[in-house]
Amino acid sequence: MNPRLAAAFRLLPSYLGQHVLLSAAALTLGLVISLPLAVAASRGARLRWAVLTVAGAVQTIPSLALLALFYPLLLALSAVAKSLFGAGFSALGFLPSLLALALYSMLPILRNTVAGLTGVDAAIVEAARGVGMTDRQRLMQVELPLAAPVIMAGVRTAAVWTIGAATLSTPVGQTSLGDYIFSGLQTEDWVLVLFGCAAAAGLALVVDQLLGLIEAGTARRDLRRIGLGAAGLIVGVLIAVAPLVSIGSAPAPVVIGAKNFSEQYILADLMAERLKAAGYSVSQKDDLGSAVAYQAVASGEIDAYVDYSGTLWANVLKRADNPPRAVLLAQLTQALNKRNGVVLQGALGFENAYALAMRRDRAQALGIRTLDDLARHAPDLTLGSDLEFLSRPEWTALQSAYGLKFKAERRFQPTFMYKAVTGGDVDVISAFSSDGRIAADDLVVLTDPRQAIPPYDAVILVSAKRARDSRFVAALRPLVGAIPVETMRAANLSVDRDRNKLAPAQAADALAARIGLR
Amino acid sequence: MAAPMIELSGVSKIYGGARAVDDLSLTIAAGAFVALVGGSGSGKTTSLKMINGLVRPDAGEVRLDGAPIGVVEPHMLRRGIGYVFQEVGLFPHLTVAENIAITPKLQGSPPPERAARALELLDLVGLPRDFASRRPAALSGGQRQRVGVARALAARPRVMLMDEPFGALDPITRDALGSEYRRLHQDLGLTTVMVTHDMTEAVLLADAIVVLADGRLRAQGTPAELARSEDPAVRALIETPRRQADRVRRRLDGEADAA
Repeated sequence: MNPRLAAAFRLLPSYLGQHVLLSAAALTLGLVISLPLAVAASRGARLRWAVLTVAGAVQTIPSLALLALFYPLLLALSAVAKSLFGAGFSALGFLPSLLALALYSMLPILRNTVAGLTGVDAAIVEAARGVGMTDRQRLMQVELPLAAPVIMAGVRTAAVWTIGAATLSTPVGQTSLGDYIFSGLQTEDWVLVLFGCAAAAGLALVVDQLLGLIEAGTARRDLRRIGLGAAGLIVGVLIAVAPLVSIGSAPAPVVIGAKNFSEQYILADLMAERLKAAGYSVSQKDDLGSAVAYQAVASGEIDAYVDYSGTLWANVLKRADNPPRAVLLAQLTQALNKRNGVVLQGALGFENAYALAMRRDRAQALGIRTLDDLARHAPDLTLGSDLEFLSRPEWTALQSAYGLKFKAERRFQPTFMYKAVTGGDVDVISAFSSDGRIAADDLVVLTDPRQAIPPYDAVILVSAKRARDSRFVAALRPLVGAIPVETMRAANLSVDRDRNKLAPAQAADALAARIGLR
Repeated sequence: MAAPMIELSGVSKIYGGARAVDDLSLTIAAGAFVALVGGSGSGKTTSLKMINGLVRPDAGEVRLDGAPIGVVEPHMLRRGIGYVFQEVGLFPHLTVAENIAITPKLQGSPPPERAARALELLDLVGLPRDFASRRPAALSGGQRQRVGVARALAARPRVMLMDEPFGALDPITRDALGSEYRRLHQDLGLTTVMVTHDMTEAVLLADAIVVLADGRLRAQGTPAELARSEDPAVRALIETPRRQADRVRRRLDGEADAA
């Protein structure tokens, strides 16, 4: 078998188990909230209007945004809980995903339950009252059984939505089948993307069929079908979740975080391997958003990850000045430690700076070598950026230093950003200086004579708690100062290139060998 | 006259400003078979539903067997009163037997007793016993209303309230069910109040007829008494069956229709 496919299959029990656990929990929570709410709503027109309007409004929030919104909300709640009870909870991973998905699953259940209950023939309701049923008996013995097929149809819709949307829980740190999709998208590994899609679609299909069996059973009042469908669901969930139980019984693992691009995956794998060699059990949280990653290490939800000095300087410390590289690093180290107890263990030895880059032929034709040159041509050019660059202080600094004003600005996933510049869709991109694709795609990096862009040393950040663990610190120490930029570029390219590409773990292995740590 | 079973004293019901029932007082003796008649909007259904608490009066009092109906929970009240209405309202997800024995079930009667009671009632309303396991959807309209009557009788009520019970049935079935029910009323010693717009049915089945108009009592008495009423409208109403019968006879005999 293709080694990348084999690697994907090895991850399946864990990814699928987490995905099933998350979806099942979210759907159950959604049901537990929606059913009583729908019953109450079916009794009064005013409440019905309010409930369905709110649920409808929630549904219009893109699911990714809904997931993202729960993170700061929970972070704030956790801080409140900490000050009240002395113990907070994790604002990352399972909890925000569970809440967002449960909320997301509610509309179809609410809508169908209300429709099912209000749709019960008025004569049957009158008969139920006439024979002497209490409101509760009428609900349980007449209205719910009669509305059951409609309710089940809503549950089916909710289940398929939930399973699909659960793939979006990856960026808030919850492992799911979405890990395949997000990682695959970042590393241009389409096999991985397809694998994740197929797995999620397959899961949704199976669950839909089993729920369909229950729905048919309720419509035909056939207990055998209902039982078969329910048993199938329960057994399926148990089998899918079983691998997690054995994982869960191991001692609490250390958690290595990664943001959402190849270099981060490789470095996280590299750190994870070193920690495993030192006897730690390691779990990884990939595809964290830039701000989320720092918050996570500050709160101790992840134990270590790699970030970049300039990013932390601007985004965490909110500093707009631009001191020399060594000064910035020293001040940053001090400030982060004071702020959150986070320990900056050291720089890896290379920078991954934002750098504006163009196709070599295009730059030569226009005579652009520096950002000053670029500023003169910018009104005729289109800038392609990654998803966050245009919202970052570096972009503001560049704009004010050089008076940059482009004809248009477009945002891309980093992968597609490189495709866009090589394909001529955009003229200039916000490239990453350690990216192997700069050389591979024959791009030139425009020089920054006014030094508007701060230095971006790759640094290892360790959580306050873990920084006291000397074995942990010792395991990562050999990485400090060990990775020159050419080496990192080569490793990045081995993952990003189209042919003969490596999985991040393989690239991490090769990188370890290259820098003599193996 | 026997002791009153049902008493309405000064009851009113207002829907959106309009008085559906306006200061109605009425006494129905135990064992009586009373027909409530009147045009649509006369308040007959509302009056009927106030007896088993499906409609709550805005003013006045309803007594059942001497006690105000409010002294028991509404659902407990209804378990003791049979209720049959035009749409029948059989529970489609339950079998015929389960439908019939629903009130005994609510009262906590054990399953074997309920099953036996359902068979008894199938016999009583003239349906074959093998209907017990069928679903309502598999029955004709007349069969369904027989099940409806059986369901209303299952908990051995002393009072039956019927709202145009046979109105949706074809004439032959209506006639047959009407007279069969009249016999059950007699045999079981029931007190029956039946809302109908069919004067023939009222005259043929009821001991007494109550005429309502605009939510008020217009007249009451035996069919013969009403036929001699001072009120020409009441007389015209009660004479309707006779007039119709005369016309029917003439047409069937081939005479020209004078009307």
